[in-house]
Amino acid sequence: MSNVNQPGSDAAQSSAAEHTDTQASKTPVNVLIVGVGGQGVIMVSKVLATLCQQQGYQVKQSEVHGMAKRGGSVFSHVRFGEHVYSPTIPAGEADVLVALEWAEGLRWLSYLKPDTGILIADTQQIVPPFACRDRKHGAAMGYARETVADIAGQVTNCFAANAGQLADGLGNAKAANTLLLGMLSTALDFQEDTWRKVISQMVPPKTVDINMEAFSQGRDWVERFDPANVPHTEERPRPGQATPHEVHLELPEINRAWCKSCDICVKFCPERCLILDQDQKAVLSRPELCTLCRLCERLCPDFAIALNYKE
Amino acid sequence: MTQSSESKLQLDPEEVTPSPGNNPLAMRPMMGNEAIARGAWEAGCKVAAAYPGTPSTEIMENLAKYPAQDLHAEWSTNEKVALDVAIGGSFAGVRSFTSMKHVGLNVASDALMSQTYIGVNGALVLAVCDDPGIHSSQNEQDTRIYGHLAMTPVLEPTDAQEALEFTRLAFDLSEQFDTPVIVRSTTRLSHTRSLVQTGERLEVPCKGFREEPKKNVMIPGHARLRHGALIERERALKEYLESSDLIRWERGGDELGIITLSTAYTYVKELMPDASILKLGVSYPLPDAKLREFCASVKRVIVVEELEPIIENELKILGLKVEGKSLFPREGEFSTDVVREGLVQAQLLPPRAKIEALEVQPMARPPLLCAGCPHTSSYMALRALNSRVSGDIGCYTLAAVEPLKAIDTTVSMGSSIANASGMALAGTESRPIVATIGDSTFLHAGLPPLINAVYNNANITVLLLDNHITAMTGGQHHPGTGRNLRGEEAHQVDYEALIKSVGVKWIKTIDSYNMGTVFQTLREATEYKGVSVVIVDRPCVLDPVKLKGPAFQVNAEACTGCQTCMNLGCPAISWTDELYEGHHKVTIDEAACIGCSLCAQVSSTNCIEPIEAPQSL
Ligand SMILES: Cc1ncc(C[n+]2csc(CCOP(=O)(O)OP(=O)(O)O)c2C)c(N)n1
Ligand code: SF4
Ligand code: SF4
Repeated sequence: MSNVNQPGSDAAQSSAAEHTDTQASKTPVNVLIVGVGGQGVIMVSKVLATLCQQQGYQVKQSEVHGMAKRGGSVFSHVRFGEHVYSPTIPAGEADVLVALEWAEGLRWLSYLKPDTGILIADTQQIVPPFACRDRKHGAAMGYARETVADIAGQVTNCFAANAGQLADGLGNAKAANTLLLGMLSTALDFQEDTWRKVISQMVPPKTVDINMEAFSQGRDWVERFDPANVPHTEERPRPGQATPHEVHLELPEINRAWCKSCDICVKFCPERCLILDQDQKAVLSRPELCTLCRLCERLCPDFAIALNYKE
Repeated sequence: MTQSSESKLQLDPEEVTPSPGNNPLAMRPMMGNEAIARGAWEAGCKVAAAYPGTPSTEIMENLAKYPAQDLHAEWSTNEKVALDVAIGGSFAGVRSFTSMKHVGLNVASDALMSQTYIGVNGALVLAVCDDPGIHSSQNEQDTRIYGHLAMTPVLEPTDAQEALEFTRLAFDLSEQFDTPVIVRSTTRLSHTRSLVQTGERLEVPCKGFREEPKKNVMIPGHARLRHGALIERERALKEYLESSDLIRWERGGDELGIITLSTAYTYVKELMPDASILKLGVSYPLPDAKLREFCASVKRVIVVEELEPIIENELKILGLKVEGKSLFPREGEFSTDVVREGLVQAQLLPPRAKIEALEVQPMARPPLLCAGCPHTSSYMALRALNSRVSGDIGCYTLAAVEPLKAIDTTVSMGSSIANASGMALAGTESRPIVATIGDSTFLHAGLPPLINAVYNNANITVLLLDNHITAMTGGQHHPGTGRNLRGEEAHQVDYEALIKSVGVKWIKTIDSYNMGTVFQTLREATEYKGVSVVIVDRPCVLDPVKLKGPAFQVNAEACTGCQTCMNLGCPAISWTDELYEGHHKVTIDEAACIGCSLCAQVSSTNCIEPIEAPQSL
């Protein structure tokens, strides 16, 4: 069923081509679509599911709603074939993984069929606050560090694009998902114009032209794919592997005479290491948590707190 | 009962987006929840009521898409109210329906336990959606146990097609056997879309109220009689099921027989398509003779059921030798992988080749409060006050984790206020005790505990987080929003007047986007002795309309990487790779920022400013 036009690689083509039409009817084709809440995972899977239905296949599309709206991971399983029983795809059995966000793609990589699975990914990065939590000096961002090159080294059929940027170039960043659909269309052997027809029906009428262009560009991108061409974000140190920043500050020193018990430092200390003692004076009660952020020093209206440079 | 959409068909493009009501005999892609709604509508349902709750919410949302002249559909204040409204419809002689999530049945159970004695006049059907795997709930309870307890039949559809057919059938069974009927779904079924063959609506004439006090008025003398009737009803249902299509025997070899139901059936079929399978379309009651016959026809019987060993135990009571939970887990959601593991352990399938792990480090992405969420400032303030906070259920429950980390307890809907009272009345807590509760939750189950707190003179502060919507479940109206399920104008609760009338003396309504006022008001409220209520007022930024004001930006020159703004947990704010004294400077994603200004208000060095001139939201 899957039929990837991987330039210059007959091997990949034959492995993907194992899913011929007859095969697809026996074993369902599994496409896993993942991303972050609000990105359009459900829309992308609806286009695919509709297309498969129109082609006469049985389709099951299973999604996780729940927390989707609140910026969590969203995923949608689309399975089609002559008979589809389970609504979900087992680990290691996805024929295609479509990731609308880079780190989400990485999260689900283990769902791809070893060797033959095809990854189609947007390199867009949506950094959650969670990845920016470590307040220690020199701490690394917690966002996934793997680059397209890293993944292309492990997943034979890896196609990545900064879809948002490409679509923006066409005049509408919102067509990014259609660009990904263009890429996906090369992995499944439905006629190109059937894709175009379904997409045209499902996008706002005014945007049909731009979406058709984005679709073409997605197909093109796979045609001429070269991992080296994918502009990836900066290399980042892995969490825990950061070069420690040299700390040259002492712990906060509190001048009790100047403290007027206003509580501001206690309220705002991100690590909650300050309290007011019995005399209503600020004290550093949990020095081990202090990250030397200097916030209390800056906020104290009476200059009662100082973080001094080490000798 | 047919498998969904076995035939190949060419879809008319118009049918892609189903518009309910027209062209009844078409095949359409439907989510399980849409199909349940369709089934209720086709069965001629006239009264439908529900309170939202994942994964059941879309059932009532879809029912409301059918014309108002076909049926009355409403959001009720809670699940018990919804069931009681449906019971009223049944008394009046029309087919009635309610839907809820599994824990909703706890709230509605008091009414169900009596109504099952009463039976029905017009049909009474409850769609109850379990959440195995706890995708979005506070527990993983198994609704089938309620079926036993209430002696109420529980139908178990497997896919959207069956969801429609079983729901329709449930209405017939309800009237035929004089019983409420539960249609049980799970997250997986509710949220899976597949092709469904729809039918036409049956117009059922109203039966009129039936004056029959012995049946309709549950006083001890009447109830005693009815209990006997219930036991007889169970017997009649068992007999019916012996030959019903709800039980499907798929014949295979005689070595192994699998008894399964609900979505577990799909995983079994995926793995052992040719096995002998007894597919149960019902989990209470069960056809004993059919079960015995099936078990006798094979050498080994395995029961594959998600959650509790309900069927397994029933079979064991019948003295049949079966295996079940020795192979499959009692907790968590089933999948092909989980069922395969059990079948491998039973030595029925060869173990799977181990998949080589890839070298990637997945990053956690927990759900978050939205950028500009009106709940944020309250929890910033509570954190600073060092208060003991009993929380409740809603979006704001997310403030229990980093970075806000300002909620100490969360039990069930409406628990916060009485939990706070109990802590206060224990007299052992030196910190201020605060209950935080959302508007929808307050109207659901928050009023009786507030009355109770005043009555018993508890020294607590209640924070009513009024974001003008039921946000957590996707933005449903409630009596505080001024609109009903169909979006029509409705009476809007006046919280201040309501709260005053139960005897609260200290009430203040404040704007949650004013950090200083939130701090100050909370301090005053917690200093007050007795029950004080602070209403924190700001609409949700996501529902019913997505709000977007002019964005803020970080002045990188001034940013000292202090991370104060990061404490809000706003998803629009993240790190840049630029450091100041070893701390990351921050940046604001213009597209994501809605301009609430909270980060600018808490920032330490005037480093955050509006991109455009400020404008009120
Ligand atoms: C008994 C019960 N019914 C329904 C739910 C589902 N549920 C969880 S939170 C919520 C609504 C919360 O609304 P609100 O209190 O207004 O808070 P918001 O999400 O708007 O912040 C609902 C209906 C539940 N958990 N328990
Ligand atoms: S949906 Fe509304 S209430 Fe929920 S997190 Fe977002 S802004 Fe807050
Ligand atoms: S103003 Fe600040 S806190 Fe508010 S949404 Fe924008 S970035 Fe987030």
